[in-house]
Amino acid sequence: MTDVSAPGNPPFRLSMLIYDRRYRSLTFQVIVFILVMAGLWWLVDNTIKNLALLGKNFNFGFLFQRAGYDIPQTPIPYTSDDTHFRAATVGLLNTLIVSVLGCIAATFLGIIVGVARLSKNWLFARLMTVFVEIFRNMPLLLWILIIYAIFTEILPTPAAYRGEDAAWSMIFFDHVALTNRYTALPTMAMTNDPGSLDLGARITFNWATISFAAVLILGVIVRRMIRNWAQSVQDRTGDRPRTWWMSLAVMTVPSLILIWYFGLHLVAPELTGFNFTGGLNVSNALVALWLALTLYTAAFIAEIVRAGILAVSKGQTEAAYALGLRPNRTMNLVILPQALRVIVPPLISQYLNLTKNSSLAIAVGYMDLRGTLGGTTLNQTGRELEAIVLMMLVYLALSLIISGAMNIFNARVKLKER
Amino acid sequence: MSETGAQTVAYVRDTMLPAAPAPEAQSGAIKWLRENLFSGPVNTILTLLGIGIVYFLIVTFWDWFAHSVWNAGSLNECRQIIAATWGEGARGACWAVIRDRWNQYVFGFYPQDLYWRPTMTMGLMMVALAPVLFAPERRIRRILLVITAAVTLVSMIALSAPAGWLIFAAIVLIGGLWISERNVLWLLPFSVVFPLLGVWLLWGGSLWGPIFVLVGPILGWLAYRVMLRILPAASVIVAIIVTLLFWLTLAGEAARDAENLLSLSIQSVRSDRFGGFLLSVTIGVSGIALSLPLGIMLALARQSDMFLIKSLAVVFIEFIRGVPLITLLFVASLLLNYFLPPGTTFDIILRVIIMVTLFAAAYMAEVIRGGLAALPKGQYEAADALGLDYWKAQRLIVLPQALKISIPGIVSTFIGMFKDTTLVTFVGLYDPLKSMSDAVRASTDWKGIYWEPYIFVGAIFFLICFGMSRYSMYLERRLQRDHR
Repeated sequence: MTDVSAPGNPPFRLSMLIYDRRYRSLTFQVIVFILVMAGLWWLVDNTIKNLALLGKNFNFGFLFQRAGYDIPQTPIPYTSDDTHFRAATVGLLNTLIVSVLGCIAATFLGIIVGVARLSKNWLFARLMTVFVEIFRNMPLLLWILIIYAIFTEILPTPAAYRGEDAAWSMIFFDHVALTNRYTALPTMAMTNDPGSLDLGARITFNWATISFAAVLILGVIVRRMIRNWAQSVQDRTGDRPRTWWMSLAVMTVPSLILIWYFGLHLVAPELTGFNFTGGLNVSNALVALWLALTLYTAAFIAEIVRAGILAVSKGQTEAAYALGLRPNRTMNLVILPQALRVIVPPLISQYLNLTKNSSLAIAVGYMDLRGTLGGTTLNQTGRELEAIVLMMLVYLALSLIISGAMNIFNARVKLKER
Repeated sequence: MSETGAQTVAYVRDTMLPAAPAPEAQSGAIKWLRENLFSGPVNTILTLLGIGIVYFLIVTFWDWFAHSVWNAGSLNECRQIIAATWGEGARGACWAVIRDRWNQYVFGFYPQDLYWRPTMTMGLMMVALAPVLFAPERRIRRILLVITAAVTLVSMIALSAPAGWLIFAAIVLIGGLWISERNVLWLLPFSVVFPLLGVWLLWGGSLWGPIFVLVGPILGWLAYRVMLRILPAASVIVAIIVTLLFWLTLAGEAARDAENLLSLSIQSVRSDRFGGFLLSVTIGVSGIALSLPLGIMLALARQSDMFLIKSLAVVFIEFIRGVPLITLLFVASLLLNYFLPPGTTFDIILRVIIMVTLFAAAYMAEVIRGGLAALPKGQYEAADALGLDYWKAQRLIVLPQALKISIPGIVSTFIGMFKDTTLVTFVGLYDPLKSMSDAVRASTDWKGIYWEPYIFVGAIFFLICFGMSRYSMYLERRLQRDHR
């Protein structure tokens, strides 16, 4: 701007660094930068001095030494002769197992409870309110401890299932047995085993698993193609062809064929001697942790779902009905897209919380990442600094991945505003 | 037409009938039942399911609660009493463990003859909170302060507090009530001093330490006044530097010298004697008090135009939010010794408070950022148009509104943090939930008692957290300024 009265740029004076708004923020940032760097330098310098005093150094070589401890639940093959690195990987996988199972179950339960709280049924809505308030207002640790205590103190030993008139009987059509040490679940078996794909490092995938995954992914892709085709037909002619049976067939028939081909069937656990065998014996640490995380997080998710549904005004439903949409199309096309916009962001942070809360596995002795890398490995090697830094970085990466993935999903359900 | 009609109709009613009551099925309890419980098949099934759940809960737990035993010395004695009273094989709750060990659940291993000190601190805390938390309504303030004063003084007498301290507590409590009846804001100086007083009362030791900690900011303020005349732009920085320099260099020695001249100390209590709800509340309240200002600063930094400040805030917040609190507590207990100059040790409770504060502040920052973002842009522009500088605009226009919007989020962060104080058990502190219950179970008398301690501790947590969430609802209604 060339204003006649403007005196032009005044010569630079040192005091302008403080008094001139153009330079002040720069000055401030430079000062903060220097202070932060000085602080970091101080911390690093202290750490180096302390390490030297203790006669330690900072390296991650210990990860490739022999671990020498056992882990009860190993998703990939692991023995005590393996390295600490492999032990940490097993721990990370265990963290992921309980987190994923917890997220799925908590979402289902949370949606049910959240919708039930809005139900017109007075009694049921009140009951759900009590559930939500009780679980939200007590520490998660309490729930983990109580549920674990129920499993270890009240449930019987496997021996209680023995005999004709046993004190306890298996549930779910004689497929699941609850005992004080583990929960015996049925497992899958194949009569026609296709063998496994070896990925090296003793990690194997069964070909059956791979083919099921491939069939499912293909099914999803084909289903999307069917939907696009139906949309194009509708755009051209105004009539939408019936596609539900095609989608259903694409999603189920190939899997059914695979089940028949591999001879896949359930094997129920059986009591032989002092223990259940044949099935899958899941340690109660995992079951209790999973249940507690599920119930606790479900209470929060229920509130999120409720708020999301309440956020869609009633006029939207009425407008959809006025346009002649059926109730289920109204739900899919009008209410859900708007409710999801409100629900998804807090839901993401609940998933993150659940993943981080899974580190409370320490209370029940479930060997997750904290139990292996931040627990036994740390104690055995005495490398607190490396183990904890690595553990925090892994958790951080996990959180960033989850929030990144969910943010992509969020961007897709978000209402497009112009 | 009308004439023939009048002749043919035998009877014409000439008075209005009184309104008949609604049909049985459309009024009163039956209508309510039909509308709320049995309006359709799905609803009926849900009702039956709900009744089933309630019935199951009652059948499972009723006899256990009904057969409560409050007077016993051990779990075995409890079981004998239950068997003797309600027959062999009866189940029952043994609340006697709470009666026997309540002091550990409340005070941890704090010296028995000093129980009155935390009690008094709690009472004084309510006075300090009066101008901050329940400022708006005099009636609520009066009720709360009267109850606080009565409870505190009675329990101090019951815990055999020394007469001098009893009088001190009575003066502060009744004086606080008196001031709050006139103008509650006059209590603010007490609220400012209380943290130091509380720390001194809880940990004991010399009073000169807290006094000289307080001297630091006073010197800083003096420096600020002086600098305003000489170089106003640098005044805040100089004030902070003066305060920090005083704390780091002179304060410790001055406190020691003063203590030698005039001893003002009470019996000191080490941190490892703290436990139970005393520990939870200490960590929780300090965390709440410290994390709110830090969270506000972080939120402002994240919204700042300055690239460096913004990136630092983002990195800090995302890092803290990305890791579990447990790992931060491990940093506090295992790693802080690495990061500090060799030979420094400082209190484990203080370390935990710092970590809990940082953790809560990161979450708080995100909540407040939401509030800042929700504020219409016009508010910022209006502040600029009025010619307010950055801090004045934030203080007078932006923050009051943004904080009001974020009250629910702020309070749920507080609740989450208070619940998370139980995690200190994993760094060896005696939280009421796990460590204290384990300690109680470790004695031969109470070996094998699980449910009663958990239910007791859980109920107290529930009361506090539920109370906080109700308080936030009250505050929201109270601060509502929009059109109703």
